[in-house]
Amino acid sequence: MPEHLLDVENLQVSFATEDGLVRAVDEVSFTLDRGEVVAIVGESGSGKSVSVMTLMGLTRSPNSRFGGSARLKGRELISASEHELEGIRGKEIAMIFQDPISSLSPVHRIGDQIVEQIRAHEEISKAAAFDRAVELMERVGIPRAADRARSYPHEFSGGMRQRAMIAMALSLSPSVLIADEPTTALDVTIQAQILEEFKQLRATGDSGVIFVTHDLGVVADIADRVLVMYAGRVVEQGTLDQIFYDPQHPYTWGLLGSITRMDREPPRRLPAIPGLPPSMVNPPAGCHFRPRCPHEFARCAEVPALESRVPEAPGHSDRCWLELAEKRKRRVINGRIGLAEGTVIA
Amino acid sequence: MSAAAAAAESGPLLEAEHVKLYFPIKAGVLIDRTVGNVHAVDDVSLALSEGETLGIVGESGCGKSTFARCLVRLLEPNEGSLRFRGQDITHLGRRDLDPVRREVQLVFQDPVSSLNPRKRVGQIVGTPMRLHGMDRDKVQGRVRELLARVGLNPEHVNRFPHEFSGGQRQRIGIARALAVDPRLIVLDEPVSALDVSIQAQVINLLDDLQDDFGLSYVFIAHDLSVVRHVSDWIAVMYLGKVMELSPAKELYTKPIHPYTDALLAAIPIPDPVENRARKRTVMGGEPPNPINPPSGCRFHTRCPRATEVCRTLEPPLAEYPAGHLAACHHPLSVGVEEIAGATRSRQSPLSAGSLMPDGKESPAEPVEAGTVEAAPERRWQRRRRPRVS
Repeated sequence: MPEHLLDVENLQVSFATEDGLVRAVDEVSFTLDRGEVVAIVGESGSGKSVSVMTLMGLTRSPNSRFGGSARLKGRELISASEHELEGIRGKEIAMIFQDPISSLSPVHRIGDQIVEQIRAHEEISKAAAFDRAVELMERVGIPRAADRARSYPHEFSGGMRQRAMIAMALSLSPSVLIADEPTTALDVTIQAQILEEFKQLRATGDSGVIFVTHDLGVVADIADRVLVMYAGRVVEQGTLDQIFYDPQHPYTWGLLGSITRMDREPPRRLPAIPGLPPSMVNPPAGCHFRPRCPHEFARCAEVPALESRVPEAPGHSDRCWLELAEKRKRRVINGRIGLAEGTVIA
Repeated sequence: MSAAAAAAESGPLLEAEHVKLYFPIKAGVLIDRTVGNVHAVDDVSLALSEGETLGIVGESGCGKSTFARCLVRLLEPNEGSLRFRGQDITHLGRRDLDPVRREVQLVFQDPVSSLNPRKRVGQIVGTPMRLHGMDRDKVQGRVRELLARVGLNPEHVNRFPHEFSGGQRQRIGIARALAVDPRLIVLDEPVSALDVSIQAQVINLLDDLQDDFGLSYVFIAHDLSVVRHVSDWIAVMYLGKVMELSPAKELYTKPIHPYTDALLAAIPIPDPVENRARKRTVMGGEPPNPINPPSGCRFHTRCPRATEVCRTLEPPLAEYPAGHLAACHHPLSVGVEEIAGATRSRQSPLSAGSLMPDGKESPAEPVEAGTVEAAPERRWQRRRRPRVS
C-alpha cells in the first residue's frame, strides 16, 4: 500500500473538565494525499476543529488526553515532542483560521509577520524573506503587494486579511494546509475569490488541504472527499459524490435536506433536523445521533463501527445500523434527500 | 384593531421614501468639524404590504442593517420620509413612537449580545409587555405561552440566556419581539450565526409565526438562498443604494442587474454535478469606500458590462414587467421589447439621471411639495445601540 501524506488513525481527544471527561473526538480516521482536498463537515461542537488543531499540537494542555496516531510522511505527530512540533508547525503543516483579525498581530506589519515565520524556519536574510513575502502576497491576489506588505492588519479588509493569512500559510510550502472555516466570516463574493485561490493551490498538487466547514455549498465546490462529523465521531465518510448522491447516515440526510437552495424553487417547508446536538459530557449511549433520529431502533443502543456498508463502494463508510436498501428507501422525502419528520421535541 | 388602522390597511404597511442616512466623520479636538460623510443609506425607497416579506440582501457595508435600523426608527434618517400605516414617523419623538414600537419589532443577528446575560428569560420576554402596559399578573402566563409557541420549554422561564444554545437564544429573541403583538418584525440576519440544521428550524418557525399571526417581515441577510426561501420581494443593495427590486422568484431566474448576477454566481451550489457544470465568473475586487463612492453607477468599478455612460451618469430604477425594478444602463435577461417598455420608477433616487436603458430620456417627475422634505438641522443623536432588555 502506498504511503499517504497524512494518515490519521483512531484519533481520540478528551478533555478533563469539572463536569467529567469530555470526549471531543472519538475514533477519527482518515488519510490525505497531495493535491487533494478533504472536507470535514459538522455543526458547532462536533469536534471538527479539535481534530485538526490536535494535528498541529494546539490542543495540548494538562487537561487533554490523546489516543490513536497521526503520521505525517511517517512521522508521528500525536506523541511528538514540543521541540519536534516546532519544526513541523508552519513548515510541514500550516493552518488558516476562521477569524483573520484575531490570528494576525495587530501591532506588526503584515509583511513582517510573514518574514518572521519564514526566518523562524530558514536561514535567510530579512531582505530576501521580505521579497518572498511580497511574492507570496502577489500570488494570493493582493494588489500592490509591495506597498501592502507595509500595512497593518487593521488597514486590510476581511477578504484581504484572509489572503494575507493564506500567503503566510503558504510561505514555507507546507505539505499539509489546514483551513478551519476560512470563508465563514466573508461575504459570498469574497468567499468565491478565496475558494478560487484554494482551487489553484490544489491544481499545483504540492500540498494536501484539510478544509473544515459547515457549509455544504462550499464542500460541493472544493472537496474531493468528505468526512461528516457528529458529536465527536465521524458518522460517514466518502468521496464528494458518494456523500451527496448516496448518503448513508441519517444525519447526513438531515444536513443535505436542511440546506436552502438558491437555484431551486423552495419547498413549502424546509426539512429540519429536530432537537439539538447532545451534551458531550454525558453523550447518549450507542449511536450519538439516536435521540434525534426518526429511524432509531433497538440496535442503535450499540455503537455502530465506521465501516463500509455499500458493497460497490469500499471507500464509503458510515456508522448506521440500517440495511442499505432500507436507507435508500427512507432517505427520500418528497423526491429529495432529507430526514423524515420525527416526534422529537426541541 | 382601531378604525383608523383598518382604514389605512389598503395602503402599504410601511413605506420608505428617498431615505438617506449619513454618518458624519468628525475631526478636530475642540471644534467638531465634519470632514466627510459615510453614505450608509443613500436615497432608498421601498414599501412593504401587510403579510408580505421583503428580503434585503447585499455585501457587508451595503447599508442593509443601517436601513433596517431606520425602519424601526432606532436611527433617524437625515432625509426622506418613513410612513407606517400612512403615518409619518420620520422624525417622531420617543413618546410619539411608543404606539409604533408596539407594532414594529426587531430581531438581532447575534443572539448572544442581544440578550442581557443578567436577566432571566421570563424577564427578557416579559419586559416589553410591562413597558406597553400589560397587567403584571398576566405577564407570566403570556410569557409561558410565547415560549411554548417558539418551541422552548415554558418551564425554562427562570433560566439565564447562557443556559441555552445559539438556536434557542434566537428563539428567545423572537419571543421577545412577539411579546407586544407586533404587525411587522424586522429581522436583521436572524439565522446567519446558526448552524445549517438549526437555521432550517428557525426559518420554519418564522414561517409558521407569519401564517399564524399574519405578520409582515423585513428580512435582512447576506445569504441569497435563505432569502429566497422566505421572501415575497427581494431588494439588492450596493453601497447604500437599491440596485434591483424583484419578486422573489424572478430574481433568481431573471436577474437584471449585473451585480445581482455576480452575487448569484458567487454562491456555490450544494450539488457537486451541477456545481461542476456551472460556468462561473468570479467577480473580482471589493466594494469601494462608502465615504467617497464612485461617480455614476456605484457598481461600475467592478462591473463587467460597464461603459463610459456608467462612469458619469447614475441610472434610474427602470420598471420592467411584474414590478421588477433595476438600476442599470446595460440590463441583463431582458429583451429589446421589455427594455423599450420599461418606465422610470418613482422609487428612483432623486440624484439619478434621466437616461433609460433604451436611450430614451425620462426625467424625474417634479417632486410634489411636501413629499420630500429636508430634515431639520439637528445634531446627530448617538443612539447607535438600542438598550437591551
